[in-house]
Amino acid sequence: MDLSLSTRNVSGPGGDRTVVEVGGEIDVYTAPKLREQLVELVNDGSYHLVVDMEGVDFLDSTGLGVLVGGLKRVRAHEGSLRLVCNQERILKIFRITGLTKVFPIHTTVDEAVAATD
Amino acid sequence: MPGDTPGAPEAYARTFEGDGMATVELRFSAQPEHVRTARLVAAAVARRAGVDEAVLDEVRLAVGEACSRAVGLHRSHGITAPVSVALTEEEKAFSIEVGDSVPDPGADSVDSGAPDASEADGEGEDEMGLAVISGLVDDVEVRSGAGGGVIRMSWPTADAAVPS
Repeated sequence: MDLSLSTRNVSGPGGDRTVVEVGGEIDVYTAPKLREQLVELVNDGSYHLVVDMEGVDFLDSTGLGVLVGGLKRVRAHEGSLRLVCNQERILKIFRITGLTKVFPIHTTVDEAVAATD
Repeated sequence: MPGDTPGAPEAYARTFEGDGMATVELRFSAQPEHVRTARLVAAAVARRAGVDEAVLDEVRLAVGEACSRAVGLHRSHGITAPVSVALTEEEKAFSIEVGDSVPDPGADSVDSGAPDASEADGEGEDEMGLAVISGLVDDVEVRSGAGGGVIRMSWPTADAAVPS
């Protein structure tokens, strides 16, 4: 139940989006890997990210911290970070921490890719 | 067996550092990779104790947060002692105590003035961890003393909900 990560580029109406598909558990042990991935993408010039969390079994505050850090980085380049999540157990964590106001959360990758601000 | 649980849980709660009567007690070196083990054990023991299935996710998350926080505190203070977790079946509740060995700096707050919090990120995560715990768990208590801090959380068990 380690963390799995894969990325792909998708074209949307607002331009290219990088979809980061995350699976497994994001916790204090695995979150650094996700952080590295997000940092690497931003360093390589991908500023519009869609993090697909449908395969995530567990998320804790360390994971939230990494996502917030990712958001901060893309915003520095006028980018965006959107989440895809339908799992109530995961959504609940965003809700109790007030982060539903910080992250746009979508029900499908297509919807997130199509979204423009 | 819920009925056979030794009494005086209150007394035990106050003497976590001493001779406890936890159902299961766990000590692990302050490494992030062991936090998952603590989550799995806590969820398994909670299930056996009769904690509602719907609440087990919360138990898992809360104990993970408390352990991550303890691991972070030990590491930032260079403490080699293990993090301890006591899982106790009480008469009508299931309680978890996560203990660290970071002495209270003197003030009431455990967090203020942690001197070696090198990363601003890490500090924020610590606060977020506590925020998640207090958002999830109705019955939570954070104590700290010269010997270290304890986060105590408890959940009602099925026996409590359906007395018979």
